[in-house]
Amino acid sequence: MVLTKNISNTYQVDFKKLPIVPHWLQEIRNTGMQDFLNVGFPTARKGNEKWKYTNVSPIAGIDFRLSENETFNLKEIKEKIFWDEKWINLIFINGQFNSYLSDEIDKEPISIVPISALSNNLDIAQNIEDQLGSLIDLSDEGFAALNTAFVSDGITITIPENTMYDKLINVVFFNSGGLNAVSHPRVFVNAGSNSSTSIMETYLGGSQNISLTNSVSEIILNEGAIVNHYRLLDESSTTYDVGYGRVKLGKKSQFMSRSFFKGAAIGRYDLNVLIDGEEAYCDLQGLYLTTGSQHMDNFINIDHVAPNGKSNLLYKGILDGKSRAVFGGTVVVRREAQKTNSIQSDKNLLLSSEAEIDSKPALYIYADDVKCAHGATAGNVDAETIFYMLSRGINIEDASKLLLYGFAAEIINSIAIIELRNKFESYFLSALPDYKFEF
Amino acid sequence: MTSNAMLEVNNLVVSIADTRILNGLNLKVNKGEIHAIMGPNGSGKSTLSNVIAGKPGYIVEEGEIIYQGENILEYEPDVRARKGIFLAFQYPVELPGVRTWQFLKTSVDAIRKENGQDELKVREFDKIFEEKRKLVEMAPDLIKRSVNEGFSGGEKKRNEILQLSLLNPKLALLDETDSGLDIDALRIVSEGVNEFKNSDNAILIVTHYQRILNYINPDYVHVLVDGEIVKSGDSTLALELEEKGYEWVK
Repeated sequence: MVLTKNISNTYQVDFKKLPIVPHWLQEIRNTGMQDFLNVGFPTARKGNEKWKYTNVSPIAGIDFRLSENETFNLKEIKEKIFWDEKWINLIFINGQFNSYLSDEIDKEPISIVPISALSNNLDIAQNIEDQLGSLIDLSDEGFAALNTAFVSDGITITIPENTMYDKLINVVFFNSGGLNAVSHPRVFVNAGSNSSTSIMETYLGGSQNISLTNSVSEIILNEGAIVNHYRLLDESSTTYDVGYGRVKLGKKSQFMSRSFFKGAAIGRYDLNVLIDGEEAYCDLQGLYLTTGSQHMDNFINIDHVAPNGKSNLLYKGILDGKSRAVFGGTVVVRREAQKTNSIQSDKNLLLSSEAEIDSKPALYIYADDVKCAHGATAGNVDAETIFYMLSRGINIEDASKLLLYGFAAEIINSIAIIELRNKFESYFLSALPDYKFEF
Repeated sequence: MTSNAMLEVNNLVVSIADTRILNGLNLKVNKGEIHAIMGPNGSGKSTLSNVIAGKPGYIVEEGEIIYQGENILEYEPDVRARKGIFLAFQYPVELPGVRTWQFLKTSVDAIRKENGQDELKVREFDKIFEEKRKLVEMAPDLIKRSVNEGFSGGEKKRNEILQLSLLNPKLALLDETDSGLDIDALRIVSEGVNEFKNSDNAILIVTHYQRILNYINPDYVHVLVDGEIVKSGDSTLALELEEKGYEWVK
């Protein structure tokens, strides 16, 4: 791959100034920096399939510096995020864990430890040492390499086997950074055999400056584990947000992902799920609402390596203004992955003639006994549908609102946690654009 | 002067693209009456009910549709509906993600507002909805489901009749409501229509077959062929048609 090597010297200077961390973590950082210097930012326009529709030269062109911590009170934070007393709410300000704003985590039956506190939790650290970074190939991903080079905080969650943990772990990365500030959040989850847990990651913007959030999440599901994973991107219109999700599914494990996009100047979520154990199942659904000049790129790969796996991929977009969304959904079924059952679909409503969707579902099948389907649609609502609603006395404005929400509801209704579903419902109801379907 | 007329269709000429569908049709429906429009496929039956309800895509070249003394041709479908015209669709539309509760509450409130009434309180609405649901023997979870999504043909038709009785219009247009119904569903749908019927409203049933008229007794039967009413009579005309076929009137 042809890549630019014009990496600003700033990153190397700042790298040398990072606070000291345990030796094992420093080694991970060193690898990250090495890979970042080798691979750089994916700015090349030629031969750059992965980033074909997302131009990151605005990001590469800025010398981003690490964000400063900032003080907030809990009331301010609660107003901005999804919060419920029943949940374990964990707040990061500009990439750094804030124990004052967060719920107590010491007494839970699972281990929830910030990366910055690993040096005080040697048992946990020992288990994580070998696994942190094991799911992501840095040699090909400049942003992930940069995250790894600068990893200093984030959350690690270790769920013991046979533990049904029913509180939502609500991890909020709040970005209030100054001009050209960057944070590198990191999430690591190890779900023990036959455990069950629900985790939400929110990337929330409060900064009106140009800034960058560059996150990496790794989730390991051991045999029979169930993880419900939620992700909300709600950055400010001046923030770039690049995120990676790397998930590995053991035998008979189940991974449910619900990914929502509402805000960022450029957003990108690269989600890669490896069906590594037999009879594993993943259900990846997403909803993106883009407006103005926003750009959202969902880059998703499902890799069926083991037999009898099942995957469902359903993304929906509502695009307004001059916004642009990209859906790259690739399902690979390896030769060994017989009896795989896979469905993928991407549906979009384009509310403006200037909005653009690049939807590229792809399927590579190397096994012969599989069931797969994929499709993508983009368009408006048909006249018969609108006539039906109008014939019930509903005016075009209300009909449009019902239809827009109805389109999004398929994803929202699939949220398993009822309090969270209700919050998302009112969140999206108020975020939907005022729009009148033509009739 | 108060008129007893609910609907007057005068010399109605309607085309789709370059094809003429209705050819100078005349029809008068008074309050308290049930009229059946029968005719073979392609005779223009559905076009008539669609044009009265305001479905786009039709070109009205001549004539007028007078509803309660007012020509409604310039009105959008939602305005007509709020004035009391209801079309039970031949193929009710599925609205994925739009909850039946939300849809029907919005609809009921829109019509109430038009009549100068306040929005229904949630509890009041739920009570009335529950009554109507039982009338058409729909499952209790209907209210939470998306409108018509995944419904069988019979369920969709029963849902249309539920809406009819919930919205309580002045003029009900039933477009092939009997098509695709088994005998039980046909009974339920017919009972719903008969329950709705009173001396202050009117019903226009569009149908290919006489079958539904065994359950809903029309005051008048009209035979539509090639966009014109070629024969009118009382309910015995339907039986005669059933026996002799449409060739008889052509």
